[in-house]
Amino acid sequence: MTIEALITAGDPQPMRPWPRYLLSCEAWRAVADALRSDPEPALLGLWADTAHVHALFMGSTPMIASVPVEGVLYDALSPGRPAAALFERMIHDLWGHVAAHGTDQHPLLDHGRWPILRPLSRRPVPNSAPPEPQGPGVVQPGQHQVSIGPIGSGAADPVHLRVTVAGEMVVRMEARLGYAHRGVLALMRGKPLRSAAPLAARIAADSTVAHAVAFARAGEAALDVDPPPRGHALRGVMAELERIASHLGDLGAALPGLPGARCGALRETVLRANQAAFGHRLLMDCVLPGGTAVDLAPGGHAAVLDALDRIAKDEPDTRRSLDGMAVSTAAGGVAGPEILASFAPGGVLGRAAGRKDDARRVPGYPPYGPPPTVPSAPWDGDVEARLRLRLDEIRDSNVMLRRWLADLPPGPVNGGVPFASGEGLGVAEGPHGDVWHWLRLDAGNIATSFVRDPRWLHWPLIEAACAGAALGDLPLIMRSFSPAASGLEL
Amino acid sequence: MLQALARALIRRPAAADTTAAPDTEIAGALAAQLDSAAQARLGRSLAILHVAAAGCGGCATEIDALGGVAYDLERHGLAFVGNPRQADVLLVTGPLTAAMRTAMEGVWTAMPEPRWVVAVGACAIDGGVFAGSYAVQGGIGIALPVDLIVEGCPPSPASVLSALLTLIEANR
Repeated sequence: MTIEALITAGDPQPMRPWPRYLLSCEAWRAVADALRSDPEPALLGLWADTAHVHALFMGSTPMIASVPVEGVLYDALSPGRPAAALFERMIHDLWGHVAAHGTDQHPLLDHGRWPILRPLSRRPVPNSAPPEPQGPGVVQPGQHQVSIGPIGSGAADPVHLRVTVAGEMVVRMEARLGYAHRGVLALMRGKPLRSAAPLAARIAADSTVAHAVAFARAGEAALDVDPPPRGHALRGVMAELERIASHLGDLGAALPGLPGARCGALRETVLRANQAAFGHRLLMDCVLPGGTAVDLAPGGHAAVLDALDRIAKDEPDTRRSLDGMAVSTAAGGVAGPEILASFAPGGVLGRAAGRKDDARRVPGYPPYGPPPTVPSAPWDGDVEARLRLRLDEIRDSNVMLRRWLADLPPGPVNGGVPFASGEGLGVAEGPHGDVWHWLRLDAGNIATSFVRDPRWLHWPLIEAACAGAALGDLPLIMRSFSPAASGLEL
Repeated sequence: MLQALARALIRRPAAADTTAAPDTEIAGALAAQLDSAAQARLGRSLAILHVAAAGCGGCATEIDALGGVAYDLERHGLAFVGNPRQADVLLVTGPLTAAMRTAMEGVWTAMPEPRWVVAVGACAIDGGVFAGSYAVQGGIGIALPVDLIVEGCPPSPASVLSALLTLIEANR
């Protein structure tokens, strides 16, 4: 019996547009066991509510398997899927459910400094114990440890990196997360769908459109409504503008000297076009459940096309400047196909190692048509591949945007959403990968929710890719991944 | 590459048309607070340490843009530094989480006098959309004395630049 068959044999729950199956503890255990030997299906996320634990898998379609929590225990998936470990730690910190036989039981988000413990559980308890001091890491003779952050770590958010080095070589890098945890899920709870949209838009600024679209799609699925065609089309325009701006920002940070500066200037051109077209440089709050919040402003069309022209014109120069980087990026920083197989990370990180994961293609959603991207070279998951792939994706987005802008459907941009109950799962492909939002609505208010940012699957791979690199190459390697924690830490 | 360099040298940068003006009213109020020793020491330059306390990263990316060619912070005598010992201004973005408080206080302690705190964006001012959460204590003002705020979610790089120039003007 395949794992997919084990899951679909469960009791189907009313979730749209894909099914959720409630498994017995025995069936869940059988799935957990089978995951150890079978690489399919990929685990995309794992979260909880007060009574159940939910696992999101990508089989022939996306599907969620749920299991009731017995006391405080559920069977861990981390022995078969290493990607589950971070989620299991988060579930313990937020809901208090314990993963039996989990591979890592350390706290992830909770540094012992919140006023309450297990904030999303039925009855959070006051936190009376003082926070535990963080001890020095264990190093072997001949090694020493470099501590970077949480301020000035080079990541976009506060992250504490502990880098163990032997001479100049990185033996191990560990990221300590949780500094940027803001309690987004607790803040969303009880809010009407549209009032929670500004929170969804501020989970990660570099993917604000993707998060807003995934959030809106989850809500629309739960309520069984569909935005008008113009709403879909404008969401696509915003999402691809966001992708271009984000990729240009990442290239600007990674490339030295003039090429990097030029990418930064081009990014600024896109942000100003965003302002002219939709009224916000980063496109925050431009997408709402039911469609979009704004229509394309007069003059916005021309501003966007002008930015696209400039980017297309500069592409050959930027591409050439990458040629000179081959030497400096030759060693280290590889997140190759083998290590990726058990993680299934989306976005640039996965595609730069030859994976095909792209939510615009599978499962696909409007306004995206048939597959847009065909990798133009064999990708081996190194620094250069990740940078080159971003250039390719900028080119593809440029083509898509011109096509859409030439033929925008007329009509309203937002069809509204009713105040009703339901459960939905939504996905959108952001600049860094597939963003998933899961929502359960009770009479129009959010009863419980989860946000699966693609960075959940990235951090363990970034840690692995940094091992073996020279310490001096670490900043470049890190920038090629565009590491951030805000999306993951919620 | 050489071609590109030559072109970049003779052409005006595509996006550099920022005209940032200091806010004279705030500048006057700040000037009254500054002692003459500080004025003598700093002249017309400020070293800025940017710390993203938590938050979504929106304000942080806009601050990063200030250092790029489009806004070119350094032509105004402003410079980003990475070390609190070299910093005159602590520029904070994002809400203050419980987990970050110790680190923020540590950075502030390490900065030499005279020093200022600039809170940039709704979150740094009062926690923004994240206010009221168990993990968020509020804006940076909860822990450190704030001298200047820049409103917005996120504020544009131009408005942040104008605020920083206000600090210099107050210091003249």
